[in-house]
Parts: sequence; C-alpha cells; structure tokens
Amino acid sequence: MMPLSTVRPGQRVRIVEIRGGRGLIGRLADMGFYPGVEIQVISNRPGPLILNRGGVKLGIGYGMAHRVLVSPVL
Amino acid sequence: MKRVKIALAGNPNSGKTTVFNNLTGGRQHVGNWPGVTVEKKEGTYIHKPYEITVVDLPGIYSLTAYSLDERIARDFLLGEKPDAVVVVIDASNLERNLYLVTQLLELGAKVILDLNMMDMVRNKGVEIDTEKLSLILGIPVIETVAHKGEGMEDLEEAIVEAWGERGDSFKIDYDQDIEGEIETLQKAMTFPGYPSRWVAVKLLEGDAEILKRVMDKKAESLILESQARLERHLGYDLETALVERRYAFLSGLVRESTRKRLDLMERLDISDQIDRILVNRFLGIPIFLGMMWLVFQLVFSLGGPFADGIDAFMGWLGEGVSSGIKAVGGPQWLSSLLSDGIIGGVGSVLVFLPNIMLLFLAIAILEASGYMARAAFVMDRFMHALGLHGKSFIPMLIGFGCNIPGIMATRTLESEKDRILTILVNPLMSCSARLPIYILFAGAFFSRNQGLMIFSLYLLGIILAVIVARIFKGIFFSGEVAPLIMELPPYRLPTVKGVLIHMWERSSLFLRKAGTIIFLGVVLIWFLASLPLGVEYASQESLIGKMGSLFAPLLKPAGFGFWQAGVALFFGILAKEVVVGTLGTLYGVEEAGLTNVIQNQFAPLSAYAFMVMALIYIPCIAAIATIKKETGWKWTGLAVGYSLVLGWGLAVLIYQIGALFVS
Repeated sequence: MMPLSTVRPGQRVRIVEIRGGRGLIGRLADMGFYPGVEIQVISNRPGPLILNRGGVKLGIGYGMAHRVLVSPVL
Repeated sequence: MKRVKIALAGNPNSGKTTVFNNLTGGRQHVGNWPGVTVEKKEGTYIHKPYEITVVDLPGIYSLTAYSLDERIARDFLLGEKPDAVVVVIDASNLERNLYLVTQLLELGAKVILDLNMMDMVRNKGVEIDTEKLSLILGIPVIETVAHKGEGMEDLEEAIVEAWGERGDSFKIDYDQDIEGEIETLQKAMTFPGYPSRWVAVKLLEGDAEILKRVMDKKAESLILESQARLERHLGYDLETALVERRYAFLSGLVRESTRKRLDLMERLDISDQIDRILVNRFLGIPIFLGMMWLVFQLVFSLGGPFADGIDAFMGWLGEGVSSGIKAVGGPQWLSSLLSDGIIGGVGSVLVFLPNIMLLFLAIAILEASGYMARAAFVMDRFMHALGLHGKSFIPMLIGFGCNIPGIMATRTLESEKDRILTILVNPLMSCSARLPIYILFAGAFFSRNQGLMIFSLYLLGIILAVIVARIFKGIFFSGEVAPLIMELPPYRLPTVKGVLIHMWERSSLFLRKAGTIIFLGVVLIWFLASLPLGVEYASQESLIGKMGSLFAPLLKPAGFGFWQAGVALFFGILAKEVVVGTLGTLYGVEEAGLTNVIQNQFAPLSAYAFMVMALIYIPCIAAIATIKKETGWKWTGLAVGYSLVLGWGLAVLIYQIGALFVS
C-alpha cells in the first residue's frame, strides 16, 4: 500500500482506503472514487493530480492524494 | 389546462442544459433561488392537457449538501415537491451518474431517468438494456441524444405519463447491521415532510444540515450511539460503509443491464494525451496565458468595428431626435432630455455591448469545450499561493466580464471561507463596465500605447487582488484552503446553440442594467444638471455642479479636483459605465466629442490616476447588492470600505509620486 501522491503517471492502482475526515470520503464517492475501484494516474506533477476512472477524470489536490491509500494493479 | 411542475436534475456536463433548452425553447426566464443569488432557470411548455413548468436545478453530484448548489437542489426537492424529477445522466458513465439517481430515489422523488449521450454509448460498443434498468429501479427510462434532439418526444411523453403512478418506495439494502440502526433511528425521531428512512440514513452519515435540525440532547446521543455501535461492528469507517453499499448495488445494476462493462479501464486515449500537454508542468501556464491573450484579442479586435457602428448610430439617432423635435415645434427641454440625457448617456454605454458579448462568448466556448476546468486546474498552485482555491479562478475570469455573475459563480466553492474571500476580491477584476472608462481616457491621452495602458490596469487589479486576498486571508480566514476536488469534463466540441444561449444569458444581465439602473441614472443626472430652472445646462451653478463641488476638494490630491469628475465618480456607483455616461451627459456630447473635452480637463497623469480610482473605488450598486445577498452586511461593509480607501489612496499616491517625475 502506498499513498496515491507517490504514484507515477500512467500507472494503474486500486483504491484501498481513504483517510479523510468526514466529508472527503463522501465527496470522492459522489464522483465515483471509492475503495475498491481501479484508477489510472494521468498526471502527477508537483501540485494536483489527474485521475481517470473509466473515462471520468478527476483533479485532486496533492495533500488529499496523500490521504488516499492505493495498491498497484498489474 | 392543468399546471404541473417538474424539476431537471443531473451531474454537471450531463447535457442537462441542452435538454432544458430543447424542452422549453425560448420560453425561459431566469430568476433567483429564494435567499441566495444563485440563478434559477425556469421554462414552460405545453403538452396536450398540461402546461408544464420546468425548473432547472443546479448541476450536482449528490444530495449531500456540501456546496450551496447541492443545498439548493435538496431544499427545492424537499420543500416544493415537484410533480416529477427528470434526471439527465451521461449514459456513457452509467455507474457514477446513477449514484445521484439512487439518492433522489431514496429521497422519495418521482424520477424519470433520461439516459443522455446515447450516441457516445453506442460508439463505445455498449448496449444498455433500458427495460431492465427501468424494472429494477421502478422508474421510466428514456434514451436521448439531446444535442441532436433525438428522443425528446419520448421524454415529453414519459413526463406526462409519470403523474399519479408511484411505484413502491425505493430501497437500497444496507445490510443487517446498518438496517437495524436505521430502523431504531426511524422510530425514535421524525421530521414532518421528510421521508423517515432518508432522514435516518442521513443522520448516520452525519449530514450537517439534517443534524442541525435535531434539537434535543437525547436524540443527539442516540445518533452518536448508533454511529459508534456500527463502527465497532463494521470495524471501519461508517461513511465508507454506506458508500460501498450504494456502489455495490449500482455495480450490480450496471452489470445486469449492460452488455459490455462500462467501467473497463480505458486505454490512454487521445483526451488523456491532450490533458498531459494542457496541464503539463512546463507548458500548462504558457498555454493558459496564450489562451487568455487570444480571448482578449478576439474581444477587442473583433468588437471594435461593431462598437464604432453602434456609436455612429447613436450619434445619428441623437441628431435625428433633436432635429425632429425642433421640426414639430417641441420644447427645447424635451430635445435636451432625449438627446443629451438619454441617448447620450445610455448610448455611450451600449457602445460596449459588442465587447461584452464577445467576452462572454469566449468564456462560454472555453467552458463548453472543457478547457475551463483545466485552466482552473493549472491555476490551482498559483491560486493557492494567493490563499485562494483553484476553483476561485473561474469566478475571477468571469469577473472580467461582469462582477455579478463572477460573484455568483463562487457558489461552486465548498468552503465558506474560500467563497467569501473570492467574493471580496472579485470587484478588483476589471469588469467590462470599466472598459468604457479605460478606452475613453487611454484613447484620449495615451493613444500610442492605448493597449498597454489598458493592460496595465487589468494587471493592477489582479496584483491588488493578490495582495488584498493575502491580507484578508491572514486577518479573517487563517487556516487551510479547502482541498481541490474537481471533475475534468471530457473535451467536447461546443454546440453553436448552447454557446449562444450561454452568452446571451450573461449579456442580457448587462442589457437589463443598461435599460434600468443606467437609464434611471442618466435621467436623474440630466434633471440635476438642468435644475434649478433657468440655469445653464450642466454648469457649475446647477444642482449637480454644486454636488460635485462638494467632492472636488477630496479629489484634488489625486489630480482631478473638478466637479465633473466628482459627479461622474459619485454616479458611477450606480454602475461603472455611468462614469462615461455622466461625463457624456454633463458635457452634452457623446463619445467622439468627449475625447476633446476631457483632453482639456485632464493631463495624462491625472487621467491615469482617475482610471485607477475608477477601477478600485467602490463596487457598483448591483455588485454591492449581490455581495450582500451572498455574504451578509458585515462582509459587504468590508468590501465597500476597503475598496474606497484603497482606490482613493492609490490614486493620490500615483498622482503625487508621478508629479515628481512629470511636470
């Protein structure tokens, strides 16, 4: 398991856990990002990340990406 | 005819607005939601025995009430109980979009599901079994391709068939443990007008709005107990558990009703490649600046000829009216009121309509194509440095067109702190109403570097916004900026109709202002300039001249201590365009002649100080009213106060320091 913030662009990962306060989990879930889903990191530069889940693209802040734990998918 | 009311709901970028436009055509009207200035769009259409009013709810992802938009949608659905709710979803992202549908169903709404963008679904080689979907959810399901108008008749038909029938109330099974607690809470407390199961689920979720309504301590401890018990049983976070149960239902539903898995991982497609370039660490900001440069080029170079046309027309109209009145032997005052007052004043403002429309056109294209969200993303780091949020960028950009929609656009910001801060500095964005002032003065005094001078004022506004935001952040809003979560919509070719409607909605705000506030303003000024009777029009002895003379000494240190400037700035509070209109009325000329007049009154330095003052000194009445509605009196007072002090101070500073070098 690793924080999403450390994932390289192009890599696929599965969300394992979201360590957010109340609200963060719900906000991400509203957009279709919750534990169990497979996502791809499109861009990870210093600053926010772009994620892709089945065509839905999400921009999230770096700090938040640090609180999302993921495991690699082959 | 029977009247019914339906609501239109859906995720942002699901094509909801297109469906709304298709249903209601031109019979739309824009108002405000009660208590807030978020735009409320309503339209009507006739279908056999019904007159159907369609209320367009804000684009939302869920009903959790994190943002103002979500709260508005929820309050409307609970409070007004529309006869039906049409949920427009992007069928190419079925699972995520259905999340909102299940929330609406849990709320007890009568839902009609519109599977929009079916063309994209077919292109992806996916088949959706709408009958099965309809059966499982217990609601009518219609396929449409809204931007081509496909399926709209079916949708209209489904809407009128929806009254009366109401299936069993929809339930998601949250598993034994959670269901048990739901039942306990359901028995323990009720809220009149709210479905009790929904309230119980929201209470478990810790929904702040619903929790606020739980007054007594006993109920409160009951909720906390339930939550604690569940987290112990589940062994992990309750919020996650609820989310997982909902998505477990949804992924089952999608699996049952589609032929090819929708959420298969996409290969790195073209859109991903474009994203890599547009938000690239090195290229992102240069591309963004290039885009902005292009927008302003478009606005000013294309707008110019149109503006000249309107200007010529107004001149011709004024002449015609005044000679017409003379020909029929009408009184001199009437001719003066019409040509000096109304045509001169309103005309000098209308001249800028083409520029304003072009700017809003450009913004509409950027929004519809999907670039705007990327721009907010690219600007996130920069905005963070200012203590603002990446999403604050869009309200700022719209502020260049008009601060009022700019201020209203802050509603997408989730954190109240970020929202208020963004609102406070929004008036520093040079709205298009200030452009007439810049064009007039820069044209008269800096004709060789007119563009550069105007650009410097835009830049000054931005720099001041940065400084002011930092200061206010430190004083009033210490703490973290809310983290960025935003969807980056797929790139799409904007449709002509959609873009034009969007442009028109915003420009018509400006036109309405020209027709009301500005019109009244110039008439009032004309009267004040003509009274007391017998005085020479707009002379220093007129009422307005005396008023202006009161302000003049205050403005002297800034280099424009004559009464006309005082009057113009005073009435500019009505609307910034009125500054030019007032000068036009006072000098009895419209724009072309005005240049000569002000060249005699101002010097380049004082002209620049005047432009700076006009940029900053106070938000216009309409903006003040909007700030008040969005934030309350305290922040409005601050917005007015700081801008007045800053504007005057800076104008004086520029004039005094500049005077050391010039002269």
